[in-house]
Amino acid sequence: MKTKKITYAQAVAEAIDEEMQRDKNVILLGEDVGIKGGNFGQAVGLYKKHGEWRVKDTPISENSFVGLCLGAALTGLRPIVEIMYSDFLTLAMDQIANQAAKIRYMSGGQAKVPLTICTTIGMGRSTAAQHSQSLQALVCHIPGLKVVMPSSASEAKGLLKTAIRDDNPVIFFEHRIEYNKTYEVPEGEYTIPFGVAHILKSGKDITIVGTSNLALKALQAAEELTKEGIDAEVIDPRTLVPLDRDTIMESVKKTGRLLIVDEGYERCGVAGEIAMSVLKDVFYHLNAPIERLTTPNIPIPFSPALEFPLIPDKKKIFLKVKDMVLG
Amino acid sequence: MKNIKDYNLSKSQISEMYEGMLKIRYFENKVVELYSSGKMPGIAHLYIGEEAVAVGVCTNLTENDFATSTHRGHGHLIAQGADLKKMMAEVLGKETGYCKGKGGSMHIADFSKGILGANGIVGAGIPIATGSGYSAKIRGTDQVTVAFFGDAASNQGTFHESINMAAAWKLPVIYVCENNLYGISVDIRKVTNTKNIADRAPAYNIPGYAVDGNDILNVYEVTKKAVERARNKMGPTLIECKTYRWKGHHLGDPGIIYRSEEERKEWKERCPIKSFRERLIKEKIVSEEELSFIEKDIKKMIEEALNFAIQSPFPDEKEAYEDLFAEEKGVEVQ
Repeated sequence: MKTKKITYAQAVAEAIDEEMQRDKNVILLGEDVGIKGGNFGQAVGLYKKHGEWRVKDTPISENSFVGLCLGAALTGLRPIVEIMYSDFLTLAMDQIANQAAKIRYMSGGQAKVPLTICTTIGMGRSTAAQHSQSLQALVCHIPGLKVVMPSSASEAKGLLKTAIRDDNPVIFFEHRIEYNKTYEVPEGEYTIPFGVAHILKSGKDITIVGTSNLALKALQAAEELTKEGIDAEVIDPRTLVPLDRDTIMESVKKTGRLLIVDEGYERCGVAGEIAMSVLKDVFYHLNAPIERLTTPNIPIPFSPALEFPLIPDKKKIFLKVKDMVLG
Repeated sequence: MKNIKDYNLSKSQISEMYEGMLKIRYFENKVVELYSSGKMPGIAHLYIGEEAVAVGVCTNLTENDFATSTHRGHGHLIAQGADLKKMMAEVLGKETGYCKGKGGSMHIADFSKGILGANGIVGAGIPIATGSGYSAKIRGTDQVTVAFFGDAASNQGTFHESINMAAAWKLPVIYVCENNLYGISVDIRKVTNTKNIADRAPAYNIPGYAVDGNDILNVYEVTKKAVERARNKMGPTLIECKTYRWKGHHLGDPGIIYRSEEERKEWKERCPIKSFRERLIKEKIVSEEELSFIEKDIKKMIEEALNFAIQSPFPDEKEAYEDLFAEEKGVEVQ
């Protein structure tokens, strides 16, 4: 497969651009998606190319511009709406959780909601408690929403194209630390289906499930673990809703150990949910308790001295796996 | 006061307006009976007393236009020509209902008639209507969208946020505030400092009108102006219809402790259906005989709807797991 080197932000912009060219009903709205090209450069060039009505800067009215995109989705358009930080999802929660997620079900299947909500997660920029959270668990809890967490630029591009073509509301979590990183991305047209996990490395001693860019950090940790004689299998679930439970389950049956790594808070989080969703089926295959590596249940602090120790990273994964396998 | 003839409505349009209001009234009287006799699950929010608003507004719409409804939504559906049988079946939670029993009274919707959902969250339909307007603009159609909402919804952020966007972008949306004076038990006059909700329109640089919502011709006429403005791509309008709900906030709320007897009586005397009927006879537009025929006919329709609903089966419990997601289409596998 031929690839090219582009940044994660460019990959996101390419996905949107290609879908806007493919389907005239695709539009992009949100804060700073126009002239500025997205707060993280994930929409650069789109405003100039597609014009101010298809790429629309909105006022800072999250609940209503998400609702506006829902109304547009119900009446023939296929909107992508940008919410700058996942922390701001809370401002739009009625339109996301009570409206977009429910309208098809409540109307007995009459409504179709082709709506993609893009937002960002992640610590590491000293932006403190209201601009650093990873709130994927909040939306996973609500029936009627699909939830996507791409790990790399190529994954972001292929999954975003699938999200835009999906006839249901999709919440798409981009990782802000990744935007400026360069990745190999396939040339030409491709999409990645929902509900099919990606096994980044196969192994026999432990299964590491990492969400978002933590799948890549888990892979790096796994490579170092081979030097310690530990053969880890690394799985990127890609989508949390739908979750490819079977791939994780089969892997754990083989390895006997499961570590889940997620940047959300631990309590009622994605890691606990993944663990419980496979526990019953893997229980008699386990050689160690299932463990999780997440962010502690505290707000994200500002000072790097306080923030960095909280971030789940390669070193933490390495040590946790070593502890789980070697005891 | 203008004569009915001055409104340039055909006799059949006028009869349909009367029929529309009557359908709402009779439908809801039946819902009250069902509730009182314990045949109806849950509750319903009744529109009785406010019929002139929905019918006066929707007389200006076609089936290609859109509207967002509220928790008090029966009137909007009926005014847009929804099927009374499927509505009654939904109220009773039956398989044949509009939402297959998954919505109930509060969420009856008919997307084929442009009703983009009825909403259990106050003010939540306002941005959805605004997006429908944005969609018409992008798709280059002359469709208009009506956002129905109550006085209490005008104090939600969505009211301000949405009208602000619609005004800035000249969206073809008509914001219709049904001011029935109370948000459950709270008097709008005690929590709002402007005399009229429509007084807020100038702040968005759009036209705003406060009208007698119990006068169907008044509602029709002002909406007509707003619809023309929207179809001509000149932007949104805010219309406040002053009206009153005869019943409590929902079935089971007598609506007495927070409203004086005098006030309730006064508004009942201003019944939108009775006053329209009297005018039709007085101005010799429709004869008493014709009106009686219409009344009989609609009573029959409601009975048929009720029989259909009662005879319909409840949904199979498996139905609870259907309609969460649309079928996957057009997704290529890598």
